Amino acid sequence: MTSIQNPSITRRRFVASGALGTAALAVGCAPGAQCNWDFLTGQQAETLKAICDQIIPADDFPSASQAGVLDYIDRQLIRHYKRHQPTYEAGLKLADDLSRKRFGQALSSLTQPQQLQIVTEIEQQSRSFFELVRDHTMEGFYGSPRHGGNRDAVSWRMLGLAEPPPLGRAQYDLKKGSPS
Amino acid sequence: MKRVNAVVIGAGAAGGIVAKELSVAGLSVVLLERGKWYTANDCRKDDLRNQRTTVLGNAFGPEDEGNPRVWVDPKGTVHTARASEGSYQNNAACVGGGTLSYGAQAWRYMPQDFVMRSTYGAPQGNSLEDWPFTYDDLEPFYEKAEYEIGVSGDYSGTPFHGPRRRPLPMPPLPPGREFGILEPAAKCLGLHPFHIPMARNSIPYNGRGPCMRCRWCVGFACEVDAKNGSQNTVIPIALNTGNCELRTECMAKEILTDDRGRARGVAYFDADGHLQEQLSDIVIVSGCATESARLLLNSKSRLFPNGLGNRNDQVGRNLQGHHYTGAVGFFDFDTYDDVGPGATIAISDYNHGTPGLVGGGMLANEFIRLPIHNVDRLPAGTPRWGLGHKQGMRDWHKRSIVIMGPTQQIPSAEGRMTVDESVKDKWGMPVVRFSGNVHPHTFEIGELQAKRAEAWLKEAGAIHTSVMAGKPELVSASQHQAGTCRMGNDPKGSVVNKNCQIHDVDNVFVIDSSVHVNNGGFNPVLTIMAIAYMASGALVREWKGTGFRS
Repeated sequence: MTSIQNPSITRRRFVASGALGTAALAVGCAPGAQCNWDFLTGQQAETLKAICDQIIPADDFPSASQAGVLDYIDRQLIRHYKRHQPTYEAGLKLADDLSRKRFGQALSSLTQPQQLQIVTEIEQQSRSFFELVRDHTMEGFYGSPRHGGNRDAVSWRMLGLAEPPPLGRAQYDLKKGSPS
Repeated sequence: MKRVNAVVIGAGAAGGIVAKELSVAGLSVVLLERGKWYTANDCRKDDLRNQRTTVLGNAFGPEDEGNPRVWVDPKGTVHTARASEGSYQNNAACVGGGTLSYGAQAWRYMPQDFVMRSTYGAPQGNSLEDWPFTYDDLEPFYEKAEYEIGVSGDYSGTPFHGPRRRPLPMPPLPPGREFGILEPAAKCLGLHPFHIPMARNSIPYNGRGPCMRCRWCVGFACEVDAKNGSQNTVIPIALNTGNCELRTECMAKEILTDDRGRARGVAYFDADGHLQEQLSDIVIVSGCATESARLLLNSKSRLFPNGLGNRNDQVGRNLQGHHYTGAVGFFDFDTYDDVGPGATIAISDYNHGTPGLVGGGMLANEFIRLPIHNVDRLPAGTPRWGLGHKQGMRDWHKRSIVIMGPTQQIPSAEGRMTVDESVKDKWGMPVVRFSGNVHPHTFEIGELQAKRAEAWLKEAGAIHTSVMAGKPELVSASQHQAGTCRMGNDPKGSVVNKNCQIHDVDNVFVIDSSVHVNNGGFNPVLTIMAIAYMASGALVREWKGTGFRS
């Protein structure tokens, strides 16, 4: 299930792949525990997972986090998206604060309908943070597997695209007209 | 460093051709390129980091770090842009320039595009002018570009283009599914659809194979090297003459001048950041419209206190690109065939001749879309996130067609770039600063073009459509940037003459899109290439063997 570009299976990715574990374990470590995210703390990862999985929930196909979106975002937060670190830190804290205010618990501990309510409120209250996470979640889910998201090209399969894509189609293959 | 006949600054569409033409004619040439030389192995198929989708940066330069630009919004607020942001108006920085990773539409402009002022007059506040030459003058060089670079396609379906002596050297690629849907619809509307000319091999040509029709096309270096740019055509020929030396990762700082006001060479920073001087008989600036103008403006001296060629404050003015508008159509059957390059069919019925409009533009179907491109291009009313969005992606990714086109912008002297002395790049040089806009009539044309695109999609059976016609607050130039060193016969209103020679410095030439008087309603690359062939030809004819005298 890991990407071809990075065959080493860390515990985090193995667990996050959904092959094992329950939803609560899906990001690989309990709140406050030592874990191997590049940027996020364990608690931040739990909160971000809850938000990402409202943006792209599971149905017949994996949710954002099941497809590796957290890996994508976490990696980029120390690379190309370094400049967004403060927005994430503040936004994730705000999400948990709001969640505790409304329901007395961190976002990751809430039920799905409660999480949806909080994420909808975040969209209204903290527009720039929400839009950032929304865009990054889409990138992680629909972008190239090489960056840690879209694990095993799962979103491309979902859209009915051939995976792996056909290669070496010289034009004479198409002389009969476009393929059906 | 040994003195050479010519320094060419920028190894893109134009610079590659100039280097080839001069070195084949026996001149010694140094070709400076600020970026690297990538190959087909650098395709990478990275949907998030290429030259079109740049959320993780530009694949083919420049880097975000150390290359800022500045833009001024209509309220006067000054913003700084990173190289991968839209407002940066980037092209590319590498050997081949934009032609390494472009979509490769290789259009001829139409005869009217060279005589816009005579054809349409001059709406108030615009800077429309005629070119100092006509379509017929340029036609042989269009042909030369089509044959040397390699263009496939077929204009025979349209009666609107100018005369040509020879057909394109390669037939079009076999049509994809969108062509089959859109062609009969266009004909029902009385339009004249035809196969887009593309600098892309449809058959083996120039020693390389044909397009394998993959999904990763515009924005990517072609994995099988079937896309034709200067990096895989003219630059290798230039290097093989033994007369041309390509120096990559070398950033020009300024054009050096002597006491008599003639250029004596170029100062540049080499790959290690050391300042070097390359002396030469002539200097050719081919850095594309923004960077060429910036180099002239940064080449200040006692005789040229406002920059080289800028005695009349013309450098940087009349900046243009294209105003892209169009429509998305959604269908109740699959329109997607996963066959690149995707863009196949065009009409040029609307480029000229609409009463009340100054010009218009070509309309064509869009290149093949990657999933990430459709995230924000779903039917109106689709949720932006949640299960509804996910379902929307499943419903529509294979059932949409986009038609759009480059509306010819009506230039204005105030839609321009200057340099910002207070913001420096990593070499310490003042950066590009954009301000102003094109003439507002441009947006009226764009709006009508979008409605025309929508009508075509509806005729083809679209069950939902959405129109894309914005009204940018800043001149929009980007990959089609042009116009900043306009050519003309009057030194007061232009920067170079019809041979691309700076009016008051006879051994400095600007040969690239900077010289375009207006930018046609088509992708500009073939015109850039044709002008490069024409100007290089004139230069070689005037060359006296030991030095250049006009």
